Amino acid sequence: MSGDSAVYQGLDGTGAARTGQAARRLSPAPAVSAAIEVSRLTKVFGGRTAVSDVSFSVSGGEVFGFLGPNGAGKTTTVRILATLISPTSGSALVAGIPVGPDGAVEIRQRIAVMPESPGLYQRLTVTENLEYFARLYGLPRRSARIADALAAVGLADRAHDLAGSLSKGLRQRAALARALLNDPAIMFFDEPTSGLDPVAAHEVHGLIAGLRDRGVTVFLTTHRLEEAERLCDRVAIMSTSLRTIGRPDDLRRELFTTSLGVTVAAALREPNRVFGGLPSVQGWKAAGPPGSGPADYALTVSDVAQAAPAVTRALVAAGADVLSIAESRHTLEDVYLELIGDEEGGPR
Amino acid sequence: MSASIARVGAVIHKELAEFRRNRLIATTAAVLPVVFLIGPTASILDIKAGALSATLDTRVEYSLFLPLLVPVFVPSIMSAYSVVGEREQGTLEPVLTTPIRRAELLIGKAAAIFLPSAALGYVIFGVFVAITQLAASPPVAAAVRHAPQLPAALVFIPLLAAWAIWVGLAISARVSDTRVAQQLSILGSLPPVALAALMQFKVISPTFGLVAALAGGLLAVDCAACLAVARLFDRERLITGTRPGRLNEKETQGVGNAQGGA
Repeated sequence: MSGDSAVYQGLDGTGAARTGQAARRLSPAPAVSAAIEVSRLTKVFGGRTAVSDVSFSVSGGEVFGFLGPNGAGKTTTVRILATLISPTSGSALVAGIPVGPDGAVEIRQRIAVMPESPGLYQRLTVTENLEYFARLYGLPRRSARIADALAAVGLADRAHDLAGSLSKGLRQRAALARALLNDPAIMFFDEPTSGLDPVAAHEVHGLIAGLRDRGVTVFLTTHRLEEAERLCDRVAIMSTSLRTIGRPDDLRRELFTTSLGVTVAAALREPNRVFGGLPSVQGWKAAGPPGSGPADYALTVSDVAQAAPAVTRALVAAGADVLSIAESRHTLEDVYLELIGDEEGGPR
Repeated sequence: MSASIARVGAVIHKELAEFRRNRLIATTAAVLPVVFLIGPTASILDIKAGALSATLDTRVEYSLFLPLLVPVFVPSIMSAYSVVGEREQGTLEPVLTTPIRRAELLIGKAAAIFLPSAALGYVIFGVFVAITQLAASPPVAAAVRHAPQLPAALVFIPLLAAWAIWVGLAISARVSDTRVAQQLSILGSLPPVALAALMQFKVISPTFGLVAALAGGLLAVDCAACLAVARLFDRERLITGTRPGRLNEKETQGVGNAQGGA
C-alpha cells in the first residue's frame, strides 16, 4: 500500500470508491512476505517485565489479533513495533525494516497507529487535525488526500466541525481518517472499540474489514474476543509472554475436543446401544438433568462430517424424535479462558 | 539528517491555532500585557513636570520593570500547556508515530511560544515608550528615553522568554496536570527575573558591560536548558515517563545539533 497511488474505498460501506494519487514516493520496502516479524522481544520497565521473550510473525494483508488481559504487554508490544519505545532485548522487523534508530523514521512513514484514545486536538476542526498530520508526513496534495480520507470513513460532512464536538464514534472515524492519510502498509489498532457503544463498535469493525479488503496489514489489540473472532485471520494470546498463536479454529481444535450436541424429544432407553460403535463417535454423556421432557446428549467425536449423519441415522432407527443435532462450537473466549483464566483467577 | 522546516512550520502553525482557541492562554496573552502596560504608563503620566529627581527615577524603574514580566509569564503559561495539553488530549502518541523528529517537535513548540511572547514584549515596550514620549512632560519623557534600563530590558526580553519556555517545557514534559504545570512553570521562570529586577531597580547598576555579561550568561543558561529539555523530549520518556532504552539512545545523542536519529 505504500506505492505511489492510493485508492480509498468507501470503508464505511456507504461511500463510493475514490481514487487519490499519492505523489510522494517512498523508497521501496524490502521484499518480504512477513509484514511484521518479532523475535524474542523483551521489554523491562525498571524491575517490571512488560513483555518477555515474545516471537511471532504477521503476514502481509493479514488481520492479526493480539489478545490478553490488562497489563499483558499488548500496548507495549505495539509501541515497540511503532518505534515509540525501544526493546530491552530481542529484535523486530516492521515492513521489512529493522526496528531501531536507523530505520525508525522509515518505519513510521509506512505505518499508522490508532491508539485507544482517538487523540484528536479538540479545539481544532477535523480538517485542521488531518492537515497537521498530513504536513508532518510531508504529503503533497494535502487537501485532496484529506477529502479522500474523510470520504472513506463517511465523515466528509463533518470536516469543519471541531473535533471536540464529535461523538466518540465519530472521533474514532476521524482518527481512522488521520491514520489513512499516509496510505499505511501496516495499521496498528490498540483497543479500537473500547468504550464505544455497539453501533459505533460495529462501524469500526466495518472500517477494519474495509482495510483488510484494501490489503492493509492490520495488527489489532483487543479485549473483545468476539471482535477478534469475527475480524482476525489469526490471533495471539499473550500474558507478558506469548501463550499461543494461530487461527481461531486451530486453537479451538488444539484445546478442545470436537463434540456434537443432540436433543431428542424424550430420553433414549439405551443410549449406549444407539451411540456405541458409530463411526467417529468416541464417547457420549447426558448433557442435561434426567426428566420426562426433551433430553440432551453431548457426543465426543473425531470427525463431525462423518459422525453427524451416522448419529442421525442411528437415532431414527432407534425410533427417537430428533429435535436438533449440531456441532458444539467452542468460542475464542473459551480458548482465552482456558489459557488465561487460571492466572486471572476467573472462571474457566 | 537535518530538521525539516516544513514539519517545524506545521508544529508552529498547529500550536498557534491551539493557543488562539485555548481560553486560558488567549485570555492570559490578552489581559496580562494590557495590565502591565496600563499600570506603568499611568504611573509615568502621573508624574508632574517639577517632580523630584528621586521620585522620577523610582517611577521609571518601576515602569520599565513591570512590562518585563510579560515575556516571562505569557510563555510560562503557554509552554506549561504545550506537552501536558497534548498528553491530556491523547494526541502525543499519534504525533510521535509520525516521521517527525524530536528536534523538529521541540523547535516547533518552542518557536510557537517564543515568537508571540517576544513580539508581545517588544510591542509593550514600544507602546509604553511611544505613549510617554507623546503624552508625558518633556523631563519625564527624556528620563524614560535615556534610562539605561530601557536597552537592558530590550536585550533581556528574548532571553527571559527563552528561559521561561525551556522551564515550562521541561515541567510540562514531566507532569500530568496542566494547572500544576503552569504554577510550577511560573515559579521556575522567576530566578532570572529577580536578576533583571536588581538591575532595573539599580541595586546593581546596568552598565553596558554588566548587561552584556549577564545577557551572555543567561544565553548560555538558555542553551544548556535547551539541551536538557531535548533529553526530556525523547519519545519513550514522553510516552512512558521512563528513560529511553536502546532504540532512542541515538536520538538523545543527536539532538544537540538540531538533529534526531529517529
